[in-house]
Amino acid sequence: MAISLRGRARVLGDDINTDYIIASTRKRDTLDEQVLKRYLLETVDPNFAASVQPGDLIVAGRNFGCGSAMEVAATVILAAGIKAVLAESFNRTFYRNAVNNGLIPIECDTNAIDESHRLSIEVTDGQITVRDLNSGRFLPAHRIPPLMAEILDAGGLVQFVREHGLPK
Amino acid sequence: MTPARPKTISEKILSTKSGTDACAGDIVVCDVDLVIGTDASAPMSIAYFEKMGGHKLFDPARVVFALDHYAPPSTPKTAAFHDQVRAFARRTDARLHEAGEGISHQIVAEQGHVLPGDLVIGADSHTVTCGALNAFATGVGSSDLAAAMITGRVWLRVPETIEVVLTGARPRGVAAKDVALALVGELGADGANYQTLEIGGPSVSAFTLEERFVFSNLAVESGAKAAIFAADNALDSYLTGRTTEKRAPVLADQGATYARTVTIDLSALGPRVAIPHSPNDVVPIEQIIGTPVQMVFLGTCTGGRVPDFHEALDVLERSGGRVSPGVQLIVTPASREVLLRLIEDGTLAKLTAMGAVITTPGCGACCGTSGAIPGDGMTVLSTANRNFKARMGNASASIYLASPAACAAAAATGSITDPRTIG
Repeated sequence: MAISLRGRARVLGDDINTDYIIASTRKRDTLDEQVLKRYLLETVDPNFAASVQPGDLIVAGRNFGCGSAMEVAATVILAAGIKAVLAESFNRTFYRNAVNNGLIPIECDTNAIDESHRLSIEVTDGQITVRDLNSGRFLPAHRIPPLMAEILDAGGLVQFVREHGLPK
Repeated sequence: MTPARPKTISEKILSTKSGTDACAGDIVVCDVDLVIGTDASAPMSIAYFEKMGGHKLFDPARVVFALDHYAPPSTPKTAAFHDQVRAFARRTDARLHEAGEGISHQIVAEQGHVLPGDLVIGADSHTVTCGALNAFATGVGSSDLAAAMITGRVWLRVPETIEVVLTGARPRGVAAKDVALALVGELGADGANYQTLEIGGPSVSAFTLEERFVFSNLAVESGAKAAIFAADNALDSYLTGRTTEKRAPVLADQGATYARTVTIDLSALGPRVAIPHSPNDVVPIEQIIGTPVQMVFLGTCTGGRVPDFHEALDVLERSGGRVSPGVQLIVTPASREVLLRLIEDGTLAKLTAMGAVITTPGCGACCGTSGAIPGDGMTVLSTANRNFKARMGNASASIYLASPAACAAAAATGSITDPRTIG
């Protein structure tokens, strides 16, 4: 299955933890992502949520999604209309949660991507091509490991388990 | 026949659980021994379970829910989360630990539900705490938890292992928390991401099981997937009286391959503090002595066990026997078992008389979901594991992390104080 995305880069720093993506105190009040998305990344930038447009892409530094394993951190990003996160590296639990919900985690060198750059992304069987349309540069990205690529292809873990279970 | 390749503890446990010859880097599907959800993660897991077409649990005896993050509920919504988890547990025969019984990974450890060699997954990042029991214990999200509730399985990438070697004589006044903070400070926020720590070395026997939980717990602040101790006499004593199950400890093979080795010389360490807003920004306490503190929090899955409160009480008693005016001291036992012990031995009466506020066993004030929220601009010294901005529910508070003794010294004096200088 092939996925094509085009969107605007929203640049963040290193070590963006899941509490920063969505605070535990917000999650206590509701699990409705349509409500929670108003508070997306509020601790990092109080204006972030209001300025997000569907189709935007998060571009971060190292260790995106560290800290708590809370899955709502991935689903809130999706609810805001963001379909992929590009980062130098991801925390392992966030990476799993992203794939399990169909949010595409892209591990690549994000240093040269500036705020609001237009990016183009192609994903085919776990192979990812990222192009910064402002600079014209292709950014080498790690491929998504086989089982995770299948889960992503299925649209997430729900569909994958419904179709295949978890065979040994 | 070719001799088997020497394996790390993680490779051995995941080989057994997957029925394969698992090597670091492989992706394997494993049978799990224990699946743990909390009131913060289980409501989403239940939704995924239903969407996945789940009707029953793979084995109700191996699925546990603990109502720990919102204990007791302070809003109608959190009360509804509790009711939802209760109803699901009743319908599926899962084991339920009520609000007030304590933190999920603390309960399963002290009730003997985790054995050496087990594979444990929990929808809480601090599930890694159970690595002190010679188990492979790791955090997952709600969807992975739901899949495991149905299938009894989880897929895992077999991690590389970092060997952590503790050497040197442990100086008096150096807590497990000090050493663990030094370790995650050295590793950094992602220094162990996708990797397991195997914590051992000649000085590991200087640490009790209660203290080893602190190391395994904090390891996730460096991204570690698990943080495992070998089985020894200390583990055996801990398990005695908690379980009658046969134990099958797992040791690393001679010649196992490690990604790298990190050596910590205990003799060179003193009290350490993580400064705002990262558990990996760790400094010797001398650098921040005198910082005024308005709230002190003793509790959590890092610092909420019986010896932690004994150490804190000892420091408070030696420094005048009262909480400094202007400091709120919040005391939250990690579990009901801890609470009962502290009631029985008089610790809680003494702390209360000194001015401490005692709250319900559970996650408490750690993530701002139940218990005390710091006021605007407050400085907090806490025995917890995370000091992210807004972590305790107020973005303008500054959270420092330290040992129970250092926290008690600050409660007594009103500012960050080297606990070795008390009394």
